[in-house]
Amino acid sequence: MQDYESSLSDASSRKFETFSYLPPMTPEQTRQQIEYIVSKGWNPGIEHTEPENANGHYWYMWKLPMFGETDVDAILKEVEACHAAHPDNHVRLLGFDNFAQSAGASMVIYRGKTV
Amino acid sequence: MAKTYDAGVKEYRETYWRPDYTPKDTDILACFKITPQDGVPREEVAAAVAAESSTGTWTTVWTDLLTDLDYYKGVAYAMEDVPGDDTCFYAFIAYPIDLFEEGSVVNVMTSLVGNVFGFKALRALRLEDIRFPIAYVMTCNGPPQGITLERDILNKYGRPMLGCTIKPKLGLSAKNYGRACYEGLRGGLDFTKDDENVNSQPFMRWRARFDFVMEAILKAEAETGERKGHYLNVTAPTADEMMRRAEYAKEIGAPIIMHDYLTGGWSANTQLAQWCQENGMLLHIHRAMHAVMDRNPHHGIHFRVLTKILRLSGGDHLHSGTVVGKLEGDREATLGWIDIMRDSYVKEDRSRGIFFDQDWGAMPGLFPVASGGIHVWHMPALVNIFGDDSVLQFGGGTLGHPWGNAAGAAANRVAVEACVEARNMGRELEKEGKDILTAAAKHSPELNAAMETWKEIKFEFDTVDKLDVSHK
Repeated sequence: MQDYESSLSDASSRKFETFSYLPPMTPEQTRQQIEYIVSKGWNPGIEHTEPENANGHYWYMWKLPMFGETDVDAILKEVEACHAAHPDNHVRLLGFDNFAQSAGASMVIYRGKTV
Repeated sequence: MAKTYDAGVKEYRETYWRPDYTPKDTDILACFKITPQDGVPREEVAAAVAAESSTGTWTTVWTDLLTDLDYYKGVAYAMEDVPGDDTCFYAFIAYPIDLFEEGSVVNVMTSLVGNVFGFKALRALRLEDIRFPIAYVMTCNGPPQGITLERDILNKYGRPMLGCTIKPKLGLSAKNYGRACYEGLRGGLDFTKDDENVNSQPFMRWRARFDFVMEAILKAEAETGERKGHYLNVTAPTADEMMRRAEYAKEIGAPIIMHDYLTGGWSANTQLAQWCQENGMLLHIHRAMHAVMDRNPHHGIHFRVLTKILRLSGGDHLHSGTVVGKLEGDREATLGWIDIMRDSYVKEDRSRGIFFDQDWGAMPGLFPVASGGIHVWHMPALVNIFGDDSVLQFGGGTLGHPWGNAAGAAANRVAVEACVEARNMGRELEKEGKDILTAAAKHSPELNAAMETWKEIKFEFDTVDKLDVSHK
């Protein structure tokens, strides 16, 4: 039997939704998830936040969603640029499905230090 | 030319069998599977069903002549053989929209599945499907929040949500019950759930349950940084009492409540759904009693009809069966009614048992809930069958984990995320499920232990109610 380690005082207990129970993605895995978003016809978008403000619905938008962008390298470059500008923040990638008016995909690519 | 009054009993088919009738866009259409008594002609019995579920009675009455009965009557307009079953046939009946009060599934069903089901010329009768015209759909309230808004409220995207029904279903004290919820939520579940028969018994009154569970939700949210909920069952002896419990749930900040729409009744359900819409509350719907009506292939009401009724009456989640777990449910038929829950337009598709095109217009969709006898080994199939817009609910499959609920919850959460990640990468879940889970378990001792616990469990009973296309 093993104890389930999680507590209010242990910041590493904090999660950030889809894929946050898996190990951080490798660059190749990130690329495949971007390919999925593109294949669905969704518009990629990037958002980031200080970890202490991660709870709200609105994170900071990194520029505008990349409407119509299908170049995986270009999308990956923007994710990296956002991370370079905000190295301590959570950076998440979204796939906006304008027909469903919802995010078809949302995943934190760079994990900041949780609080 | 005015008609004259001619007292006496007429053959139904003279008035209610109209093979030349072209249904109007505004008609409510119904498909019945009719098993007649021996020797009763199909036209006569189909016409009798149309008559008895609309304007007719057994004899002509003089007051018929005070109205335009031809305008108000339902008519049988088509018949078809049932594939592989000679004892019965399908009858298609059209009802003018004027026959039904706006926004009242109660009124529609009182006509369509009322006295006619006890009619002597029938051996058995089953309502297979209803086409609600968009004109009628727009008079109904529908899901209080719907799929899109629920995702936004809860901040959960790109994966199925996870739930767990707390067990034992009866007998826990409120504090112990809240403990079971807290452990599941902190381990990674999105929701925990009251069992359907948890209302307000002496061992755990509703108010104490609500208070303890709310503390569990708030602590799990603070601990994980994610949004959580528990379906607080407000099903009650009276609609007034149901509303009192719903109001209290709102007062303490609960995000979601629950109702049993068949045992609680459709009037109560519609009232509660409207209240939820006005008060920003999510509404989970359980379906106790459905199998009484939908399991017999010759008599009753098909679940796809009960699904349409619920979408119109209002609910944000509805139990759908799992296809793979311990409860009844044919795969294609289940795919049919989960389309009915979620899509804005559902095409006729006999291979899924759908008899009519159904336009839902602007009415939001709701989440199908797969619950009952499922565990981590079912996850690849569940993600493949249900897709992202669903709630996968593991009761025993969470609480039965050898290390407890939190570990059981974490195992399910890792499994669902691993399956979604793999699906997005283009891998075939049902083929490669074992590899995907085994790889994920390398990083999750909780998943590893779950996979060892439930390895061999399978449920392989034959389905009693199969689609008619697969008979014989």
